[in-house]
Amino acid sequence: MTTRTDALPTQEMTINMGPQHPSTHGVLRVILTTDGEVVTRALPDVGYLHRALEKIGERVTYAQYMPFTDRLDYLAAMNCNCAWAWTVEKLAKIEVPERAEYLRVIVCELNRISSHLIAFGSYTADMGAFTPFLYAIRERERVNDLFEMLCGNRLTYNYARVGGVSGDAPPGFLEKTKEFLDYFEPKIDEYNNLISYNKIFVHRLANVAVIPAEDAVAYGLTGPNLRGSGVPFDLRKDEPYSVYPKFDFKVCVGTGERGTLGDCFDRYMVRINEMRESVKIVRQAVARIPDGPVRAKVPRLFKPPVGEVYFRSECPRGETGIYLISDGSVNPFRLKIRTGSFVTMSIFEKVTRGLMIADVVAVIGSFDIILPEIDR
Amino acid sequence: MEALALSLVHAVPPLAGVPLWTVTLLLMVVAAAVILVFALTFEGVGSLVLRKVAGDIQARIGPNRVGPNGILQFLADGVKLVLKEDIIPANADRLLFKLAPYFVFVGSFAAFVVVPFGVGLIAADLNIGIYYVMAVTSLVVIGVLLAGWASNNKWALLGGMRAAAQIVSYEIPVGMALIPAVLIAGSLSLQDIVRSQGGLLGIFGWNLFHNPFTFFSFFLYFTAAQAETNQTPFDLPEAESELVSGYNVEYSGIRFGLFFLAEFGDMFIVAALSTACFLGGWNVPFFHVGTLPWIWGNLLSLGVFLTKAFAMVLIMMWVRWTLPRLRVDQLMRMAWKYLVPLTFVNLLGVSLWLLVFRGKGIPGMIASLFG
Amino acid sequence: MEAQILFDTLKGKFGDAVVELQGEGCSPAFVVVAPAKVNAIARFLRDDPALSFDSLMCLSGVDYKEKFAVAYHLHSLKHRHAIGLKVMLPRENPSLPTVDDVWPAANFHEREAYDLFGIGFEGSKDLRRILLPEDWEGHPLRKDYKYPDFYHGIKV
Repeated sequence: MTTRTDALPTQEMTINMGPQHPSTHGVLRVILTTDGEVVTRALPDVGYLHRALEKIGERVTYAQYMPFTDRLDYLAAMNCNCAWAWTVEKLAKIEVPERAEYLRVIVCELNRISSHLIAFGSYTADMGAFTPFLYAIRERERVNDLFEMLCGNRLTYNYARVGGVSGDAPPGFLEKTKEFLDYFEPKIDEYNNLISYNKIFVHRLANVAVIPAEDAVAYGLTGPNLRGSGVPFDLRKDEPYSVYPKFDFKVCVGTGERGTLGDCFDRYMVRINEMRESVKIVRQAVARIPDGPVRAKVPRLFKPPVGEVYFRSECPRGETGIYLISDGSVNPFRLKIRTGSFVTMSIFEKVTRGLMIADVVAVIGSFDIILPEIDR
Repeated sequence: MEALALSLVHAVPPLAGVPLWTVTLLLMVVAAAVILVFALTFEGVGSLVLRKVAGDIQARIGPNRVGPNGILQFLADGVKLVLKEDIIPANADRLLFKLAPYFVFVGSFAAFVVVPFGVGLIAADLNIGIYYVMAVTSLVVIGVLLAGWASNNKWALLGGMRAAAQIVSYEIPVGMALIPAVLIAGSLSLQDIVRSQGGLLGIFGWNLFHNPFTFFSFFLYFTAAQAETNQTPFDLPEAESELVSGYNVEYSGIRFGLFFLAEFGDMFIVAALSTACFLGGWNVPFFHVGTLPWIWGNLLSLGVFLTKAFAMVLIMMWVRWTLPRLRVDQLMRMAWKYLVPLTFVNLLGVSLWLLVFRGKGIPGMIASLFG
Repeated sequence: MEAQILFDTLKGKFGDAVVELQGEGCSPAFVVVAPAKVNAIARFLRDDPALSFDSLMCLSGVDYKEKFAVAYHLHSLKHRHAIGLKVMLPRENPSLPTVDDVWPAANFHEREAYDLFGIGFEGSKDLRRILLPEDWEGHPLRKDYKYPDFYHGIKV
């Protein structure tokens, strides 16, 4: 498209923010059409990481599918594992022992902390401050150590099972978790002092990509992205599952404290505050965890009754909803995973019109998308 | 240089037969070689120090494999860069592509000529010292633009455009912030500026404490100069997370090495200029360096100068690893709406002060109260 | 709101377009509707104040061996109730009106259903393949899908 100003004809430039790019949080391709530095259209092109997880689900058994859910969102693998376990348990109406539910909540919230740390770290690294990223990694290493103690793995845990969890917490795990929480909670204030309210950082994020609440709901945004626009909807409080009703925590909502309600800064601050709330939840869980078995008796070749169930849980990047259709056999009939990042990308094109290229990076970071979730 | 050549000819009788201009030329070449060696060593060691300082700030170790504690890392990096394959993109403009690194390197290196390292240690004490530095460091803009254009890559082009806009915009605050030092010394020559800060006032003879306006212009200069040298928070042209290394994305091997070295060279120039103009240069407090024999005087003043300059470089690195990056429109707004008016007001303030108080600074006035 | 009451309300408004209520073994319950009226029903579900299903949780294509289906899961932020909507489609040329003008979130889901099942959405503002390359042949999630041997010369 050529526009004629008084003297010089100008042309729009099509740049590929290609699958390989330091800031796209995975293999995301964004086709930018820019007029100088201002973006006129940013078209996301996803699918580079499509691994046919839904088709695979139709040919493995319910228990065999658990490791695949790890790879769904590898930064929040515990949450995805537990989401699958809860879905199947809802379908087959399996009673899960209470200790197992407490353990699931502990690992889910710890994983929420480590996922938000990565979101925080990589976002600040995209904005040019390289140091907070390494601090976030340092804290995350401690969470990884806890998980390694628990299930032997640092990234793809495969910890939950249909009917419970794979193994009980080893002796010392709960004490180490408390130590970590005591160490970590003051760090959040340190990060706020270092970067969150830094003038340059605030200027980069405030008033960028404002998403009003109605748009957020209409476009299906969930999780921190929805709460950043001021909608106080958190599945853990509003459609509670597992043992979440027993815990006391706040729902973190964006307040427009620097800039407009629903801008990138709000979404960022929601994640920082959620880390604090997760620490609270884990503290309460560790204090109150009952004794007992950690796994219900589920037959080896498990055949749930015929039926269709939709279960959604609050994962760090939004809600992960699993629509499971069972025809009574050992394999699921149809398995649809609806992830937060996938739906968040639908508003991407609308929100980036008129921004500068540097802001596109800020928007991608504030949505906290991860490609395996989008592409499955 | 002429005087030095004459004294050399007198000291070494066999040289009497050689025409003077040859000796002068030879001395110039030797001086240039010494400066080049210093510059390259600093740039190499500087890159290592940068990574170690980064490691310290980021709660990790930094390079520690090559040599004890990693101190030979820069040699390994240098050898690696030289041995890498020289890739020129298929549709790139070959001549401009090859020319660009040289502009950038020359622009950075040529400024070393007027840096006052010590009492008698300056490659060429031009009487237009500061003016020369400003002019020569502007060559960098041409190099960066050429690199961005000739790479035949949209990201490089964006980086080159941003760099050109940024460097050109920040030239003005840099120049205006240096002029107070010139006004106080009454000369553009860097040695004169340094000498004007010496004497019995010690640290308080520094231009930094001369009057509130020069205090302010030190910070203005430091900020604007960081933008000149593409350091975070102004490192948009090579914003690694947005433009994938901006204007030097298509460069590999020693061509990239030249860009890389020039960046450190620029950092040193900024540190050296700020030391010379505001922090007293090679002056030792309460001590007249000229009274020492030639060799000790020079060594001492060199040591003092390098200490101050390296401290400034460390501060620049510290800021680099702490602050995030400004967006391009915020950067331009900061230059034109904030720094330019501030530096002009500052300049006006210094001129008025010098007029009213007849060239005396606050420490000078306090000292004269005590006799 | 109870699924039965919702079903009766819809039946009262849209008559024969509302086919049946699948409540057994389905959570949330599904209201099966005819393809032609999907957009109108969706709009009513969103705009009616007692229902106000303003959030589309999920839109999935399903291959029930003899026929296709599109399952919608809806949720209301105001009333905190959820319902499912299902549309049964024939195996040849499955196609139904789009709902992306009612819930913009539907666009990406519909593209995925088109991509993986071949279900067409009439009136969609942007119906292209989303997860697979633009020139892929076939619709993989169908039960009778055969993997191609080669794709651009690469063995699959």
